[in-house]
Amino acid sequence: MKVGVVVFPGSNCDHDAYHAVKHVCGQEARFVWHKDADLSGLDAIILPGGFSYGDYLRTGAIARFSPVMGAVKAFAAQGGPVLGICNGFQILQEAGLLPGAMLRNGGVKFLSQPVHVRVERTDTPVTAGIPAGRVLTMPIAHGEGNFYAEPEEIARLEGEGQVVFRYTTKDGRLDPAANVNGSTAAIAGVCNAARNVVGLMPHPERAAEPELGSADGRQLFEALVRVLTPVAR
Amino acid sequence: MARARVYVTLKKSVFDPQGKTIHDALTSLGYSGVTDVRQGKFFEVALDGLTGDQARQTVEEIARTVLANPVIESYRVEVE
Repeated sequence: MKVGVVVFPGSNCDHDAYHAVKHVCGQEARFVWHKDADLSGLDAIILPGGFSYGDYLRTGAIARFSPVMGAVKAFAAQGGPVLGICNGFQILQEAGLLPGAMLRNGGVKFLSQPVHVRVERTDTPVTAGIPAGRVLTMPIAHGEGNFYAEPEEIARLEGEGQVVFRYTTKDGRLDPAANVNGSTAAIAGVCNAARNVVGLMPHPERAAEPELGSADGRQLFEALVRVLTPVAR
Repeated sequence: MARARVYVTLKKSVFDPQGKTIHDALTSLGYSGVTDVRQGKFFEVALDGLTGDQARQTVEEIARTVLANPVIESYRVEVE
């Protein structure tokens, strides 16, 4: 499996994502500069976290016009797995590849802390093989992670099973106190209708080894490896 | 040279955490008559070589595709 990690000006989790794929999971990885539209030879694309273009106008608002995004759209349209983490998620929303938008956190403050998220769907490339309902502990670090969509859109997402991760307590219960940024329906991650594009606000790459306080995030990368590695005959 | 002003605000149905924080602060400062505050963004756009309808069309396009996110925000354009 070979993963491309897109680098925008202002990305700051690109090396962490590369490290998780290459050194933690032992897979091939290469960086893709945002001005480069060549995704040939890649089996999956990761849009990492950070502050693309400074997020001055709105998170992800400018990054979505980068040349690489046309290639990412084409890659996604062909069914290629795309994972957006934090700012990567926001960019995918701005690009129209994922639903909803991010508001300022409900309590206004930038939040940098571990959270618990429940795996709601196991039919995506980053959750395949993870038991449904498993609670993963990963950090968040964002000022705008308050997921919003109109009520009809939320109902549609729930109906289509596009909510992939939800903020819960450590034992998997929904609780307003656990939904730290005030997201609608405690949504921490969603996928597109075709289920190959997934975005989440927590950082699996920052929780991929025990030294980091949690190795739960590694399960998402391992799911990707399982989905993309041909079965040996 | 045309000048345009673009006002970007959160849709009425969308909760505005920043506006609420400012409202709370005003209340604690004693402005008891303030019932709500909504925060938004304001852009002044200067255009060279475009006038009237052309200028409006261009700024509307900029507002729709770049300055505002239609999922959460609405916008208003004024051209002079």
